[in-house]
Amino acid sequence: MHELSLCESVMQILEDNARLQGFNRVKALWLEIGELSCVEADALRFSFEVVSRGTLAEGATLEIISVPGLAWCLPCGKHVAVKQRFDACPVCGNFPLQVSGGDEMKIKELEVD
Amino acid sequence: MCTVCGCGEADHNTHDTPHDHTLHDYGQGPAGAHAPGLTQARMVRIEQDILGKNNQYAAANRRWFAQRGILALNLVSSPGSGKTTLLTRTITALKGKYSLAVIEGDQQTANDAERIRATGVRALQINTGKGCHLDAHMVGHGLQTLEPENDAVLFIENVGNLVCPAAFDLGEAHKVAILSVTEGEDKPIKYPDMFHAADLLLLNKVDLLPYLQFDTDKCIDYARRVNPAIKVIRLSATSGEGMHDWYRWIAAARGRVPVNNLENHHVSGNSGKS
Repeated sequence: MHELSLCESVMQILEDNARLQGFNRVKALWLEIGELSCVEADALRFSFEVVSRGTLAEGATLEIISVPGLAWCLPCGKHVAVKQRFDACPVCGNFPLQVSGGDEMKIKELEVD
Repeated sequence: MCTVCGCGEADHNTHDTPHDHTLHDYGQGPAGAHAPGLTQARMVRIEQDILGKNNQYAAANRRWFAQRGILALNLVSSPGSGKTTLLTRTITALKGKYSLAVIEGDQQTANDAERIRATGVRALQINTGKGCHLDAHMVGHGLQTLEPENDAVLFIENVGNLVCPAAFDLGEAHKVAILSVTEGEDKPIKYPDMFHAADLLLLNKVDLLPYLQFDTDKCIDYARRVNPAIKVIRLSATSGEGMHDWYRWIAAARGRVPVNNLENHHVSGNSGKS
């Protein structure tokens, strides 16, 4: 359940930003999560609810923006969309593909009081 | 959220509705929803990597290793892949050649660190408790206690888990994934993140292959699907087969580490970049 540790990192970032940018409460946050990152959205929501209890983000809305996986096909040289790391190239059907995007985990934006 | 004006209404359709631009009638629509400044709520763009903090600690560890010429290897695998046996055999073979140190990560017990210490090498046990992986902060603290010598080879044996340790950089030079042939040959595609993150795959327990239905080529093919650049060494920590290839790989990796920077600073002011 590394989603729990990820949420603890999220909380740390929120608390650091609250100090730096002078806000007391986080009402909503937008996370950008790549389809190829090792994160399960449901587990992340569950963990966030647990970790944020009694903090400045208690009850905050968690919006998860899913970022599509992108890869570069070494055999055919095309940039293609992929759902999983081990997908075959949808154009030429070959392997291997070099993942070029969709593995990020970012806090994008906050709505704060 | 509305992406046009930043209000909190997800499903309002004001912006999609065709409207007359000659008539500035603000009397329609949800009153108050479009008036930023009337409430104290505001939007803050932060664009921060969730693992940013861990990555900062990892970068600090990496600097620490570089300054001391230490090669740090992060060993990852499922429980029961033979990691500790592999490590004790490796240590016994290499302790006369290099200064060695070991960080053992487990949820509980100091059994593994004791097994390592029995070989006469410095070992520190980090128990992660409820955590399922080591993080860079734990390792950073561990280093202060363990104090590996300059130019040492440091093995970090991560918690037996093919999922979580993939995401947490510890500052190591390489992640080394250990997979034993008593496991499924499709593990590289079942746990792609880990095999994607690793630079080397050690296929362990190959002495058992005659008794198993394990397709080695297929396993390596799967690993290359998720990581075209991954190197593979077939070995057995029990019979010793293939172990020399692993030792050669360590020697080569060690050759790429900048030589003990702290001393260089005093002697020649060399920045130590390789």
